[in-house]
Amino acid sequence: MARVIELHKSVTESNDKDADQLRKELKEKGLFLINLMSSPGSGKTTLLSRTITDMKPEVEIAVLEADIESDVDAERIEALGAKSIQVHTDGMCHMDAGMTRAGLEGMDLSEVQIAFLENVGNLICPAEFDTGAHKNVMILSVPEGDDKPLKYPLMFSMCDALVITKTDTMSYFSFDIKKCIEHVKKLNPDVEIFPVSAKTGEGMRDWEDYLKRNMAAILG
Amino acid sequence: MHELSVVFSVIKDCVEVAKENNAPHISSVTIQLGKVSGVINAYLEDCWKWAVNRKGDKTDDVIRNAKLIIEPIEAITFCEDCKQTYDTIKYAKVCPHCGSENTYLYQGNEFMIKEIQVDDEMPTEFLDQIDEDTPSPVMA
Repeated sequence: MARVIELHKSVTESNDKDADQLRKELKEKGLFLINLMSSPGSGKTTLLSRTITDMKPEVEIAVLEADIESDVDAERIEALGAKSIQVHTDGMCHMDAGMTRAGLEGMDLSEVQIAFLENVGNLICPAEFDTGAHKNVMILSVPEGDDKPLKYPLMFSMCDALVITKTDTMSYFSFDIKKCIEHVKKLNPDVEIFPVSAKTGEGMRDWEDYLKRNMAAILG
Repeated sequence: MHELSVVFSVIKDCVEVAKENNAPHISSVTIQLGKVSGVINAYLEDCWKWAVNRKGDKTDDVIRNAKLIIEPIEAITFCEDCKQTYDTIKYAKVCPHCGSENTYLYQGNEFMIKEIQVDDEMPTEFLDQIDEDTPSPVMA
């Protein structure tokens, strides 16, 4: 005899629950977690290096690096004296809440206030899975073009903040920042946007203020 | 995209439900898949066949050889300005009735496990066993 059991359950439901639980626990522990998403080569590691150096006397930062197979990024972060751990996603195209938790558990975070999850370099899959982070931040680098929001609408519409990196190269790529911001605001009216150059330091202060402001709001 | 990780998550949920219901074996799993969910049917089916036929205890016998049934859900967008609906795949964000961009996806991004069919007895043999050495499907 065969019988039918009805589930009517969304496939992401279990992950969503795990993510909510992780978010709550981290808040209680006093750790502000940011999920950082972007294409490969957008300057994530360079942005983080500069952020760590600028904020270091005040705020202790750790980085969770999710890369498909490599630990080059982790070495660059550790050279700055920040804690980092490499999470190998075993070929997976995104991080989920369970993998994020496992990565965080592998580090000593007792003195850390901000942890960045450097998600897999991909603009599609990471947008669909909640990692348990308090804020989702996306990076768009100038060489990628001002029309990128039109190609990956989900990523741009779900992020809390957008950092536009490599602004020192704007004139070489005829990047229209006004048009870019317009496209993004259409998809996501509430998003906060920070144009920065980690190389010259331009705009870095606004981005770092955003981090401090949200850290204070989340950790109380 | 992330078909393989989604398949693992579906398998885990279905095995749990079957065990809670004291069902020894799942013969089929029915999922509802929106046409703009971003999941590609062919990849999903390939990943599924591989994941439910792994040798030894890599696949739980409860779900071994279970069939995957996909029920598609049409993608429909609703226009806030003219209050009409239209085919998302054909027209995307801009309403074909009035040209407005003030639109939102009404349905079509679902990925739901609808139901499982279970046998009350364990089948005596499993067909199409795949070798342990079979490489996993490559993630796109």
